[in-house]
Amino acid sequence: MFRIRFHGRGGQGIKTASQILGSAFFRSGFEVQDAPRYGAERRGAPIFAYVRADRSPIHERGVILRPDLVVVADESLVPIPAAGVLQGVTSNTLLLVNSPQTPELWQQRLKLGAPVLCLPVESEGEDRAGLPHIGATCAGAAARLVGVVARESLVQAVEDELAKLGADELEFNLDHALAAFDAFSRHAGRVQEGAAIEAGGYARPEWIDLEPDAALFAAPDVEGAATSEGAKTGLWRTLRPVIDYERCNRCSWICSTLCPDGAIRVEADHTPRVDYDHCKGCMVCVAVCPPHAIAAVSEAGARAEESPA
Amino acid sequence: MTRQLLTGNGAAAWGARLARADYVPAFPITPQTEIIETLAEWIDRGEMAGRLTTLESEHSMITAAAAAAATGVRVFTATSSQGLLYGLEMIYTVAGWRVPFLLVNVSRGLATPITLEPDHTDVLAARDSGFLQVHCATCQEIVDTVLIAYRLAEDPRIRLPAIVNQDGFYLSFTREAVELPAPEAAQRFLPAFDPEAIRFRASRPLSQACAVLGASSYSYFRYETHLASLKALDVYDEIAEAFEQEFGRRWPPVEAYRCDDAEIVFFMIGAFATKAREAVDRLRDAGVAVGLVRPRLVRPWPAGELRRTLLRKRAVVVVDQNLSMGSGGVLHAELAATLYGQPGAPVLLSFVGALGGRDIPPEEFFEMARLAREAAEKGEAPAPRLLYTAQELREMRKLQAVAHAERKELP
Repeated sequence: MFRIRFHGRGGQGIKTASQILGSAFFRSGFEVQDAPRYGAERRGAPIFAYVRADRSPIHERGVILRPDLVVVADESLVPIPAAGVLQGVTSNTLLLVNSPQTPELWQQRLKLGAPVLCLPVESEGEDRAGLPHIGATCAGAAARLVGVVARESLVQAVEDELAKLGADELEFNLDHALAAFDAFSRHAGRVQEGAAIEAGGYARPEWIDLEPDAALFAAPDVEGAATSEGAKTGLWRTLRPVIDYERCNRCSWICSTLCPDGAIRVEADHTPRVDYDHCKGCMVCVAVCPPHAIAAVSEAGARAEESPA
Repeated sequence: MTRQLLTGNGAAAWGARLARADYVPAFPITPQTEIIETLAEWIDRGEMAGRLTTLESEHSMITAAAAAAATGVRVFTATSSQGLLYGLEMIYTVAGWRVPFLLVNVSRGLATPITLEPDHTDVLAARDSGFLQVHCATCQEIVDTVLIAYRLAEDPRIRLPAIVNQDGFYLSFTREAVELPAPEAAQRFLPAFDPEAIRFRASRPLSQACAVLGASSYSYFRYETHLASLKALDVYDEIAEAFEQEFGRRWPPVEAYRCDDAEIVFFMIGAFATKAREAVDRLRDAGVAVGLVRPRLVRPWPAGELRRTLLRKRAVVVVDQNLSMGSGGVLHAELAATLYGQPGAPVLLSFVGALGGRDIPPEEFFEMARLAREAAEKGEAPAPRLLYTAQELREMRKLQAVAHAERKELP
């Protein structure tokens, strides 16, 4: 069985990537299970999706703990433990990272003995979530790396999943999926199908008997107020809303009221200020501002400008 | 027939479409929302006849579903978790109206704390209501079961509403290959609902919410609902037979996998039962005589079939993906009541786990099987176990240390 996990951020098309790969396997005669996993958060939050493919019916279920291939659309997720990118990665797992660094550098950094490949990185300064084809690119690369998906099946799979978006979007994504498929021809079949865990000689689970703790500890209370301020959700942002104060007419309420995270404060003189520590970059304010005084700029570009070093 | 990749939510929506539901009262909740979104889109585009109405709560939604069913139309609705609980007063109430309709519940763990991921504590809260309750383990099973459950609920011998349950995330958002029944075949298997006397009209007033003064009348109506539910066991077999003839797929009330010569049997409901099935294959490879029993019907409870399948086995491992606070696993208690005092009753082991979607890795199934063999040797079951590892507790303690530090910093 092939067990493949895709990691990325909400908005990058990670669920779509898993569905394109799932359909490509399905069209190649495989039994398939594909699924996304996400929480209650929105654009920019870490998410993952997974695909199982086998020649016989699949009874495994739930998240993939021992992946054969891990595809990382956003390299900034690798060092975040909660994103779980490296969960279950062993020397038998192939890692494919969308990164300007070299595979050798990643191997040194991770010290997992896992082979690493890097996707030809997108041009500098381009915004991460502003690459709507990265999902298709990842799916195209993965389809080649497993070595059992024909180019024609990939074309059909992209059509299956994206035809509903219209001819232009379809062609755009198809071009990127096929470019990635072709770019990895040298590595076709690099992914090794993992075996099932055998019942003879398994590692026994380390079960424990839970004790009743004092209610003070055992109640899921959050002590203190405004603890969510400590979570710098601004780090998720791939697009940054920038207010042009020449244009802003100080209407005083539209952007600040409609911001789903309450990340726009209005000062006494009616000037709105964005709290970049917590703005997740959903761009609702950009869409609703009547005089179009808020622009969406690339976060990576803005950060590079702030610290040119 | 062509197969296509569909999520559990997609399969549930297709079930409603193929059943030609006339009316869909709706209220959104994760992870169910996709079902009503899909139906809304089809109805909006004119691909599905029928009417969808958004209500202001699940309590109103269930009321609207039953009130519409009382006019003799075919009704479909769906909810999950806290939404099911919010509608629970009406779930219990409308079951006594004896009007059939179908509710798909997408299981999700209950608060507190809040989670989005699945376990069955939500749907088991509706266990004693009078709704029939069927649990699915694959996406194919969901679309098929919606059709079967309509026919069962609408049968004049039964006339009870039904819940078809699927697990959030691991079915609701998971795509698998599904063979959709052809519309003509679905129509043959499930013809238009013949409501007979169920014809509430504004011009012909009728009260469903009657009160009785006197325990004998009360008992009569409650017993009748119970007996109708039990009757559904026989009727289910007829319907499953008809379904198999039409579609070639067999959905018994109790799925028994590699059980004939099994000494040890896993006992589970829902999607994670497929993980137990996988463990059965691996254990068989290693020479262990093990099988899986998965009841699809939870209400009515298929006691006779369970006795036939499980008596004279050496041990049964009950894995409850639910928790009755202060007691333990619900299925363990139900199965104990089914087998106690019967000749050849197996030793019953109780494991509670997979709460809030926690994984059950293969090694845990292997260990349960090992403990079951031990228990069979001794003729005595070990204490019920809440599945939790030292590693999980270490991580929990880290979080609690942070919370403790913050607590001390407070003025």
